[in-house]
Amino acid sequence: MTDRDVLLEVRGLKLEGRSDETWTPIVNGVDLTLHKGEVLGLIGESGAGKSTVGLASMGFCRDGVRIAGGSVNFDGIDLVNASAATKRSLLGKRIAYVAQSAAASFNPAHKLIDQHTEAPVQHGVKSRAESEKDAIELYRKLRLPNPEEIGFRYPHQVSGGQLQRAMTAMAMSCRPDLIIFDEPTTALDVTTQIEVLASIRDIVDQFDTAAIYITHDLAVVAQMADRIKVLLKGDEVEEADTRTMLSAPKEDYTKSLWAVRSFQRPQKPAVQTGATSVIAVKNVTAAYGKTPVLFDVSFDIHEGRTVAVVGESGSGKSTTARCITGLLPPREGHIEFEGTALPLDYRKRSKDQLRQAQMIYQMADTALNPRKTIGELIGRPVEFYLGLRGREKRKRVEELLEQIELEPSQYINRLPSELSGGQKQRIGIARALAAEPRFIICDEVTSALDQLVAEGILKLLAKLQDELRLSYMFITHDLATVRAISDEVVVMKDGRVVEQGQKDDMFTPPHHPYTDLLLASVPEMDPDWLTNLLAQRGADNIGDAAVDKMT
Amino acid sequence: MSRDMALPFGAAVALVVVLLDRALGLGILSALLTLLQLVMTPVGWVVALATPAAAALGAWKWLVYLLLVIAGGYGFRAAGQAMTGNAPFYRDMTLAVAVGYVFAAVVAIAVAYTYSISFSTAGGMPDSYFFFRLAIHGLAAAVVAAILFRQLGMWIGTPGSRKLFRQMPGTAAFGIFIILCYAIAAIFAAWIAPYGQEEVLAKANIIPLVSAEMGGDPGFPLGTDQIGRDIYSRLIYGAQNTVGIAFVTTILAFFLGVTGGFLAAVLQGWTDQVLSRLVDVLMAIPALIFSLLLITAAASLFKGSSLTVAMIVIIAVIDSTRVFRLARAVGMNIVVMDYIEAAKLRGERMSYLIFREVLPNAYAPLLAEFGLRFCFVFLTIAALSFLGLGIQPPLADWGTMVKDLGQFVNYAAFLPQYAMLPLLPAGAIALLTVAVNFVVDWMLHRSSGLKE
Repeated sequence: MTDRDVLLEVRGLKLEGRSDETWTPIVNGVDLTLHKGEVLGLIGESGAGKSTVGLASMGFCRDGVRIAGGSVNFDGIDLVNASAATKRSLLGKRIAYVAQSAAASFNPAHKLIDQHTEAPVQHGVKSRAESEKDAIELYRKLRLPNPEEIGFRYPHQVSGGQLQRAMTAMAMSCRPDLIIFDEPTTALDVTTQIEVLASIRDIVDQFDTAAIYITHDLAVVAQMADRIKVLLKGDEVEEADTRTMLSAPKEDYTKSLWAVRSFQRPQKPAVQTGATSVIAVKNVTAAYGKTPVLFDVSFDIHEGRTVAVVGESGSGKSTTARCITGLLPPREGHIEFEGTALPLDYRKRSKDQLRQAQMIYQMADTALNPRKTIGELIGRPVEFYLGLRGREKRKRVEELLEQIELEPSQYINRLPSELSGGQKQRIGIARALAAEPRFIICDEVTSALDQLVAEGILKLLAKLQDELRLSYMFITHDLATVRAISDEVVVMKDGRVVEQGQKDDMFTPPHHPYTDLLLASVPEMDPDWLTNLLAQRGADNIGDAAVDKMT
Repeated sequence: MSRDMALPFGAAVALVVVLLDRALGLGILSALLTLLQLVMTPVGWVVALATPAAAALGAWKWLVYLLLVIAGGYGFRAAGQAMTGNAPFYRDMTLAVAVGYVFAAVVAIAVAYTYSISFSTAGGMPDSYFFFRLAIHGLAAAVVAAILFRQLGMWIGTPGSRKLFRQMPGTAAFGIFIILCYAIAAIFAAWIAPYGQEEVLAKANIIPLVSAEMGGDPGFPLGTDQIGRDIYSRLIYGAQNTVGIAFVTTILAFFLGVTGGFLAAVLQGWTDQVLSRLVDVLMAIPALIFSLLLITAAASLFKGSSLTVAMIVIIAVIDSTRVFRLARAVGMNIVVMDYIEAAKLRGERMSYLIFREVLPNAYAPLLAEFGLRFCFVFLTIAALSFLGLGIQPPLADWGTMVKDLGQFVNYAAFLPQYAMLPLLPAGAIALLTVAVNFVVDWMLHRSSGLKE
């Protein structure tokens, strides 16, 4: 690689963010060298400064961030001191950016192709007609369905994975020398992710584009990058070739990142037949209005066990949870708690019935009222269900905070915005525990978290289960999480249960073809994984395309 | 639309406007030209000082001035770039911004120049710069007071409040200071005002702010009205009546609107349909006409102070429809949050959901709306009083005062001080509206998290 020309050279880059009237450093001197046609993976936890570094290497800073020192040199142009006019002539033309959420980044009022052609026409690279033709060609290369026609749709008319690929096509429209991918697949399902990864890798290869690939998912970066750089809290930890980095990481922090994926609880013995389950879902069929979403779903959750419900978005996992909690009364079938049927509508359930089943949400940001302190958030169920007040209530809240491993005196008066993502999720757990329930629904509780933090949450949940004999229904699309925590697995697709059983049985073949596809789509740390998979299955037999064939 | 299309498109639009204007005789163009001339006149003085020839250009001079200002902007930017060695501030400055700086400078110079010549009016002649000078003095005094007020806030108080004052923009400090002054005037009106609001003194039509030989009286600094009531006292009582009633009305409108809006958002379904359609019906009728109608009807049932109560209720109900709309929209965004679902699943009562879970998260937009709504209500009351239906005489009210003193405007040519009288209550209304908006802007900015 070193014999190729250097395209981007960042030296001693220091960035500062403004908070509370002062500028505080967020990145302390990062060096970065990128050669033509090379892909650099930038990984780290949230708050490591990877997105900020990514943007700064385009000479751009978000509001409230400034470049405090160092240099960014793109192909002989000093981007730190470049004029606005110079940057305008580069961005979109020679440097492009692909954001995490394509759905939020496309303008919903314009057709995809209109947004695609804007940059080439503005920069005078191509005429409108040429650019449209090129767009269709790019859509074809990225294996979008109906390439001739898809550009003439509006963003809401195409799926998330397709939108992400359309955005990659848009970034390619001027044939830039450098593309910055900022977590382009983080918000996608595994089967969708694999398609996007394959097409991004393919097109970057074809046009020999250099790229910075920002992500927190190690397995993903292993497939995409030639070299990997690890960041931690604004400092560089280490940098090496992908293969060297994966096989022989030098620093302890990197090793700990690598080790996360190995957390696994042993399989518990199968429940005796005839034992009363804590929660039993019996032949539930449900619909939103006239659209049916669940068909005859049944499974049991026993005391002290974790049942993982797995499937893609739209498979009916969360709807099942809504039926159990009573937010969506099922059309047919019923929910049993310890052998007795619960009223279908939550409004008809008694306070005690409500108390027994609690919920932990995916997004702690929206699950905790941002205007209430931690003490109020956890204290409310304590007061509401158990009738504790004043000093007793405070004592119980402190106990709960200790249970979730947060120092009470330090956190009890804080607001959710003053906590990190993992801490917020712990507060969500404490709020559920405060009701002293028998059963907790965990709805994608670790999906929004970094791997190290997610592992901490999973360990905490496992510990609490053992201490309090809790039963969990664990909704997730991440099979690594399933492997780590579950006892039994229920696989759902299009509102039906396609397979269920003990965890160990589920992870050993033979599988239902859908389960097989899900398992095969989970990226592995092996850098050759994607290449091998493509060779083995062919580009048309992975991801959503394969799912479509199945139905 | 691409950039190269903008010019022909703009020209076409301009052409259509000109033709329409000619055909329909709307007078938009002449109004625009007059406006431009008004703005450019002070600029003209400055240019005229430098180039006497420019003054002879007649009707087209404003165009020349405009070009001069644009050229000035270009020159300013070029000079800035040359002198600072191409600092980013000047390097990335657009021409429009540069022209803006030059224009602002020209206006400032023109104002300063006008102010400097405003003292040299010959004795015995009407002082035509009287209002101009008054506005400059008033503004300067208020700005100085606001700066002092902010400094004071930075020195005393808790660390939290000191920090608040430190981060506060000047406009907000100005607004808070003005609102405080109004509040003090309203609360302590009985102690501050030298006379009662209804007191008829034997001296009618005293000219304000002049010496005794010109028809003034030091006992009545702002003069007296046609039937001999002290205008200064009535202005102070007006703060109590107009602002106080507007405040009560706005609170009532918010209570109705917020409760209804959040109920609709949380319950949805039938409740939402019924409440929303009811609000639609109320909103379909123009607000001022509707309140006029209802108050006229109420006037046949109630007299005196109970009519004022009826007016408060009527305006509150009509204004609560706007609050309802906002509260419902804001509430809809909040009730989809998981924490509301968590509270529902906990089995919480409706009142807890509305006032403890939803309301605290809606403070920012509601507070902003409160400020604006207060201004609207306040203007509605003033307008109603102006029409003779609002606060009833002899109670002092700014709207009524504008109406009663309105005829004095005719004296502007030879007795500017006298003509100023209706502007005082009108100015009081305008100043409070501006102050409230400054504060509301600041609050919105703070709560939206857009810091810096």
